[in-house]
Amino acid sequence: MVQYITARLDASFAALSDATRRGVLERLGRSEASITELADTFHMTLTGMKKHVSVLEQAGLVATQKVGRVRTCRLGLRRLEEEAAWIEGHRRLWDARFEALDTVVEELKRKEKTDE
Amino acid sequence: MNNRTTVERTSDRELVVTRTLDAPARVVFEAWTKPELFLRWWAPKSFGITFLSCEMDVRTGGSYRFVFGHPASEQPMAFFGRYIEVTPPSRLVWTNEEDEEGAVSTATFEEKDGKTRVVVHDLYPSKEALDGAIASGSTGAWPEQFEALDDLLTTLGGEPVRL
Repeated sequence: MVQYITARLDASFAALSDATRRGVLERLGRSEASITELADTFHMTLTGMKKHVSVLEQAGLVATQKVGRVRTCRLGLRRLEEEAAWIEGHRRLWDARFEALDTVVEELKRKEKTDE
Repeated sequence: MNNRTTVERTSDRELVVTRTLDAPARVVFEAWTKPELFLRWWAPKSFGITFLSCEMDVRTGGSYRFVFGHPASEQPMAFFGRYIEVTPPSRLVWTNEEDEEGAVSTATFEEKDGKTRVVVHDLYPSKEALDGAIASGSTGAWPEQFEALDDLLTTLGGEPVRL
């Protein structure tokens, strides 16, 4: 788990090490934008901007969605929070299951004792 | 005794649930594999979910199908798949086929001093599949009173039953 978080932090820091990518995050902080718009803003080719966005996306800092032929980018900073909330929901579900399972196995254990 | 339930995403594709129960492995395995016992705990009452039906053919290659209902929901939800490995009392592996990108779940029961450590390991086919499962559980489109149902069903990743 710790390794996994470290790997993700590494990806985030690597993504943030580039001035253009920091600029893209700043730009997306104001509003979402298509890859074409971002390429124009930063005077880059479409292919070059796609690469930057891909690095940011891998790090979970940007989320993209393709509608028709346009890929729209927005900040993805909430993803880790959403993941933490989902994992907590999953934990509560399993905790409730195990509480109920405790009751069932207690009964089985008592029954085994009586049968002995 | 540490009976805390833990959940960790251990990699891009894996989710691991652990808990220690105060019973021998064979007792835990029995409660996990006999339908009349299983339906008493798998859908917790505190989540407001009830089993509408529970079919389990617990043997290697056998299939299962659970249908759940909730008073606040018109549509029941179905969960189904196959048992890939059944090794009493230590290991149970099953598929989750209600979703094309469903995980393969492995439950192991490790007994020590009369207690059993349960580990449920979900392996998704890809990072995108697990990310997708998480994202679909974060949409928050349900009214507040449906939250418990939302929690459970999105966590389980079931699909609505087409009636």
